[in-house]
Amino acid sequence: MLARAVTHALVGLEPRRVEVEADVHETGLPAFAIVGLPDRACAEARTRVRSGIASAELDFPRGRVTVNLAPAGLRKEGSGYDLPIALALLAASRQIPRDELSRHAAVGELALDGRLRRVGGVLAVAEGARRLGIERLLCPPESAPEAALSGVRPVPVAHLAEAVAYLRGELDPPEVHPVEATDAAPLPDLSEVRGQERARRALEIAAAGRHNLLLAGPPGTGKTMLARRLPGILPPLDDEAALEVTRIHSVAGLLAPEQPLVRTPPFRAPHHSASTAAIVGGGPGIRPGEASLAHHGVLLLDELPEFARPTLEALRQPLEDGVVCIARAAGRAVFPARFQLVGTMNLCACGARGDPAATCTCTAQRLAAYDAKLSRALLDRFDLVVTVPRPRAAELAAGPAEGSAAVASRVLGAQGAGYLRRAPDADALLSRAVDRLPLSGRGRARVGRVARTIAALAGADEVNAEHVAEALAYRT
Amino acid sequence: MNELALAVFASESGAHLLRPPDTARWRRHLRGFDAAAYERRLAERGFRFTADLPPLLRSIHDPPVGLFVRGSASLDVLARPAVAIVGARACSGYGASVARSLAREAAAAELVVVSGLARGVDGEAHRGALDAGGITVAVLGCGIDRDYPAAHADLARRITERGLIVSEYAPGVEPAPWRFPARNRIVAGLCATTVVVEARERSGALITADLALEEGREVFAVPGEITSALSSGTNALLKLGAAPLTCAADLGIEPPPDEPSPLLDLLPATADELVRRTGREAAEIARELVELELLGRVSARDGVYRRGA
Repeated sequence: MLARAVTHALVGLEPRRVEVEADVHETGLPAFAIVGLPDRACAEARTRVRSGIASAELDFPRGRVTVNLAPAGLRKEGSGYDLPIALALLAASRQIPRDELSRHAAVGELALDGRLRRVGGVLAVAEGARRLGIERLLCPPESAPEAALSGVRPVPVAHLAEAVAYLRGELDPPEVHPVEATDAAPLPDLSEVRGQERARRALEIAAAGRHNLLLAGPPGTGKTMLARRLPGILPPLDDEAALEVTRIHSVAGLLAPEQPLVRTPPFRAPHHSASTAAIVGGGPGIRPGEASLAHHGVLLLDELPEFARPTLEALRQPLEDGVVCIARAAGRAVFPARFQLVGTMNLCACGARGDPAATCTCTAQRLAAYDAKLSRALLDRFDLVVTVPRPRAAELAAGPAEGSAAVASRVLGAQGAGYLRRAPDADALLSRAVDRLPLSGRGRARVGRVARTIAALAGADEVNAEHVAEALAYRT
Repeated sequence: MNELALAVFASESGAHLLRPPDTARWRRHLRGFDAAAYERRLAERGFRFTADLPPLLRSIHDPPVGLFVRGSASLDVLARPAVAIVGARACSGYGASVARSLAREAAAAELVVVSGLARGVDGEAHRGALDAGGITVAVLGCGIDRDYPAAHADLARRITERGLIVSEYAPGVEPAPWRFPARNRIVAGLCATTVVVEARERSGALITADLALEEGREVFAVPGEITSALSSGTNALLKLGAAPLTCAADLGIEPPPDEPSPLLDLLPATADELVRRTGREAAEIARELVELELLGRVSARDGVYRRGA
């Protein structure tokens, strides 16, 4: 006898309908085969499903059992197919009603004792179900709040036996309401940064205008510390952005169960040994990279020149378009990647340049090689460049500075400003600066953008010369 | 309006004329010339003609018949104390920065900076004067309607905001190599002092210097490296007895009293140190430092601000 369950495979972030067909020939030789291009984790469902069904005190169908994951040409990855496979088998062996199963989608990994474990990408699977008009999704309880975000009604089942009881109509699983994010772990606060007035100011401007920021200076001056405090002064994500970020983080399996909806701008800081695929996404399974995980948030590249050059150059497309297009033989995926880039770097290879307490030992060639590590094209993407000097002992002894909350409220206030025009005196100053300073056309445009943000922070009606003057202080 | 007719005739015939020639061609030109209509056409295009030359220029041995003028500033500008800053078109970074800062200081001391709108030293001299908000005059070696070189069209526009562009050539005259030395006599003629910033051995700037010397004007040369071909002309001038110019004070001008800035006394310092020592906002300090940077009074390196460009 034949039965079907519905679930979804993900191509990038895009859910594709997958029908799990189970066929049981009770007369055939005992065998259990899964076909339809499963990957290793998916093929291993055989063992988990067999144990899970036994643990739920149900009967594993006798005879020849074939499970087909259709469409057969689409690669199926991961352990989320365990639950639909088990349910299709149970329906094919008449242990649960088939028509009831066809009104549900299912996703989840089975433990050997029959319990359900959460998997990544449930939000996208739920969205796929909703698009097909399927209103209920059987899923592990931890994934239920996440699935609820899509608008389907999740049916949280902790154990395979629970799922079976529910489908037989013997059990009413509790309704799940979309939960609002509880307070996340507190973000590091700006009040912990002593001194560094200029860098703090630049951080505030960067937050208000979502400008890319480059912090340069000798080691140990607090560049990374400052960069890590950027998410804490960014405004929380709005509904649409939160859902986009949640979808990506769900696929990557990064979602915390107690926080189904990501409300705080994500912060990603990959190590500089990261591969290009890890940063922009890809790999055999076309997974989102750090750039996409930092969508609507901050991507910190600590020690920017230490990253592989092709990796950095690969970031130019997302920096320009806000998306990453990944094409592989297995398919093509588009991941959103509108992140704010924060880079830190030393002023030279040995790190001593800019440090009054040390002497730089770099040769001229080494200095040139260090400068050449970053392409002009990439440096052009940084609206704000700040040199972070070493703080003196007196600064470190100073009292705590302004906290993140105060800065965040100013940043939020600046968001409301519309498009601000440049006053004539601002234009005149900008032209004078182009004449006097090494400032390219692109540089001029950058200064204009930053000046606009500074004016918005100041609550001004238009961009004045004083705003342009300050913006010029943070040029490349 | 005999002078206008003569100036146009000289421009068109390519002849260098001081007084009307006794030829049939000139008489024919004069008969057919409608001075009032020509002046009207000039005015329509934003040009003027003046035969009333400033005294210094009138006193050279072959002054132009008159000058075509672009720009709305008063013609008195041409009679004000002026310094010519001239030099190589393919100048070095050194020449460019010397020309610029010299022009800036001269303009700040109310001197009119005169040059030839060419690339290199000439252009930098005009820019320097504009930086300081001063007045500068460009003398063209082609028709008054031409921006030559074309890359300096915007510079020309800025010059005419407060200063003037002049030429002895009527609109429509093409630039030609032999017209530039002729132009140089006007550059030198307008000024009591000529400074050659950088010049090769056979440079137009040296012609300007020679012309200035012939008229008994003061000539300065900016010393350069003895191994640099770009300085061979100026070094040769020095050997011949030209006065070396090593600072703007050599021109007899007082450096303008710098507006006192309390920040300057605290340098060298990082922006953060300035914030702390003055107790002012980081944004304010950033603004003021940029203003000082644009004036060439401070410069930043590796996050540390110091006095000087």
